[in-house]
Amino acid sequence: MDNTEQLQQRVLSAIATKTPLHIIGGNSKAFYGRPTHGEPLHVAEHSGVIHYEPTELVITARCGTPLAEIEKLLSANGQMLAFEPPNFGSTATLGGTVAAGLSGSRRAYTGAVRDVVLGVGLINGQGEVLKFGGEVMKNVAGFDVSRLQVGALGTLGVLLDISLKVLPRPESETTLSFIMGEAEALSTMTQWGRQNLPLSAMCFADNILNVRLSGAESALKAAQQRLGGEVLSPLIAKAFWLSIREQQHDFFRGDTPLWRLSLAPATPQPPLSGKWLIDWGGALRWLKSDDSAETIFATTQNLSAHACRFRSVEGCEFQPPSEAVAKLHRNLKQAFDPHGIFNLGRLYAEW
Amino acid sequence: MNHSAHPAEQISHTVNKQAFVRQLQRQLKSENILSSPEQLRPYECDALSVYQVLPWLVVLPETTEQAQAVLRLCSQQGIPVVARGAGTGLSGGALPIANGVLLSMAKFNRILAIDPDNRCARVQSGVRNLAVSEAAAPYGLYYAPDPSSQLACTIGGNIAENSGGVHCLKYGLTVNNVLSVQMLTIDGDLVTLGGAGLDSSGYDLLALVTGSEGLLGIVVEATLKLLPMPETASTLLAIFTSIEQAGAAVAAIISDGLIPAGLEMMDSLAIQAAEAFIHAGYPVDAAALLLCEMDGMSEQVAEDIERARAIFYAQGASEVRLAETDHERKKLWAGRKATFPAVGRLSPDYYCMDGTIPRKYLAEVLRGIADLAAQYGLAVANVFHAGDGNLHPLILYDANKDDDLARVEALGQQILQLCIRMGGTITGEHGVGVEKLNGMCLQFTSAELSQFHAVKAAFDARGLLNAGKAIPSLRRCAEFGALHVHHGQLPHPDLERF
Repeated sequence: MDNTEQLQQRVLSAIATKTPLHIIGGNSKAFYGRPTHGEPLHVAEHSGVIHYEPTELVITARCGTPLAEIEKLLSANGQMLAFEPPNFGSTATLGGTVAAGLSGSRRAYTGAVRDVVLGVGLINGQGEVLKFGGEVMKNVAGFDVSRLQVGALGTLGVLLDISLKVLPRPESETTLSFIMGEAEALSTMTQWGRQNLPLSAMCFADNILNVRLSGAESALKAAQQRLGGEVLSPLIAKAFWLSIREQQHDFFRGDTPLWRLSLAPATPQPPLSGKWLIDWGGALRWLKSDDSAETIFATTQNLSAHACRFRSVEGCEFQPPSEAVAKLHRNLKQAFDPHGIFNLGRLYAEW
Repeated sequence: MNHSAHPAEQISHTVNKQAFVRQLQRQLKSENILSSPEQLRPYECDALSVYQVLPWLVVLPETTEQAQAVLRLCSQQGIPVVARGAGTGLSGGALPIANGVLLSMAKFNRILAIDPDNRCARVQSGVRNLAVSEAAAPYGLYYAPDPSSQLACTIGGNIAENSGGVHCLKYGLTVNNVLSVQMLTIDGDLVTLGGAGLDSSGYDLLALVTGSEGLLGIVVEATLKLLPMPETASTLLAIFTSIEQAGAAVAAIISDGLIPAGLEMMDSLAIQAAEAFIHAGYPVDAAALLLCEMDGMSEQVAEDIERARAIFYAQGASEVRLAETDHERKKLWAGRKATFPAVGRLSPDYYCMDGTIPRKYLAEVLRGIADLAAQYGLAVANVFHAGDGNLHPLILYDANKDDDLARVEALGQQILQLCIRMGGTITGEHGVGVEKLNGMCLQFTSAELSQFHAVKAAFDARGLLNAGKAIPSLRRCAEFGALHVHHGQLPHPDLERF
């Protein structure tokens, strides 16, 4: 259903009455980002695939379209969202997926959600319906406002529709499993990451390194011969990667704060206390730790890395930017949302 | 010809040049400040040489601190600044401003580190694209984006333009291959965008800055993603007796689930020109040819090549040749890469376009371009990145015949309008620069253009960086719209006419 007009009216009246809005899709990622207060603006009904042609490798859908519906449609056509989006619940929508900007294990090899966003329609903070980018693979006309929406947590506007590049599903996949310690796993992932291998995921948890390969069967066999390891049964492999994507793996249980650290893949484990799970071949580290936010942010800052307190009773918190970068953020927020109505405080406390 | 900026897109100032040079001399060596006409002349244009403007001053900083000092002086005194890498841009993005400083990044030419374990290269922005892959080669790594000008073009320019190349269908554009940048704002703040990892907190300023054509900041350093070199690469040459068949074959390859490392199309005029120049072994009587490259593990490549070969035959290819040796493969690509200069031998001048369209309209758009070319009495050679629908029609003309360029520009505008009508864009990889400012008026509404201006102001409130490029003023669009009424509607009906 196309709710563009109703949504635009809601935004215009919010501007007129200076009422902040809290944009809600499927509410599956409500935990992600800081708390925001405002009148709920439900967008889930603005839903439906607008355009999908497999030969163009592009799908365009309204923001409220369930992620599951999109993945099913792509799968039926032998294609997929290559960034392997975490759903975090069956109600996840496309808009929320883009606004949160989270990507799964395949990200290190086939790109993130921001790499596949080709265009968006959005309502800005003046209540205008705007279109940026499009459905073509290459487009450098104007600033890349589409990719800017990824991970912006709805603070720059209401996403109406999104065009994404999709990829063919690999002919086959296999997961190799290796028992080893953390340091050995890190150096192994570093070594394999430098080789021309059909990698589509490398994840270390519980003293097991799981390596997923994707491609033609002959290539997988050749790679497997080179790497060794135990081949997981397809069912067990599928369950494992799902448990990582959806954070249902045992590692993610319990009340200890969960931190997400994005850093250079070969970085030795940072001197922080707690338990680690390593994804993206080393470039993404999940940490269950009681260390203070100051300690963790200071540690990542020294590594030119970025941390986020992802799940915690204290709420979500992002690595604070430098003063100069913070200024650019504030100015951009002002450029899109001059009346200050969209998801206030969701990204950073000040706005 | 001399380019004169639209009055609404000019920045005026009354700064005395000699006094300003003296201020610069306190920060930079005198030899890095160029001010006499003969010193300025080499900078009067980039690779879109139909437009020329003599800059006010050329400054060549050697360090970030010097670049910072130059920007602070310009910012304090309201002087526009144009950054320039190697000047290989095709849209006039580095065209100087008559009362502005041209900031050449030529001396930022050091590769600072190759980090094989983290698969990245830290380089200054004036480093040449190809030099990155050369430095990474001993580690079995390379930098994927490979614009045709990669021998000369710089990383800073690549970031400003979000450059592509023949391999971007599989490996992405510049935006997909940069991990972080250090950038100077017009106020001289040094900001780091992105980080050592694959993502960072907050807005994706790195994505926004990539392709921003020097309007938001000036990159001084970048950390680039390196990839393991493919174990092997194989190339097919598929020959077709009609453009339609070749277009259908491109769609068939993609719908079969293949993602070639490169998938390029040339039409008969481009084939003939390239063959006469390079002797790549192209069939000169073919209507179209496709070059299809697969890379990766040898087992994967062998399977992919067989699948592609079968598809080409099923789509009516009259012949499909596999380059048997690396030498043959390189020869096939040499022909493609030399098409521009080869076309240059057919005609005194040519004008390179850059629209992108959905792949399924390839044949239709090529027919449309041929019809338009006939109407204008001009020849057009087509060579392009078929895999991602990025067209590069080359319009042949003679700059010494006055009315030729006007006809070329009119034809070019018609071709861009055709691309927009087909759901495409006026520029896939060359950028807007000064060349496609009018085209931007056709592609975007005034509200969208205003949003772009607001983004620009968030970084550069007075609009000093690359003033008059990339985003047209609303006044320009109002005037241009008045000349280009189509379907009985003005593109910007809500604007006052000037």
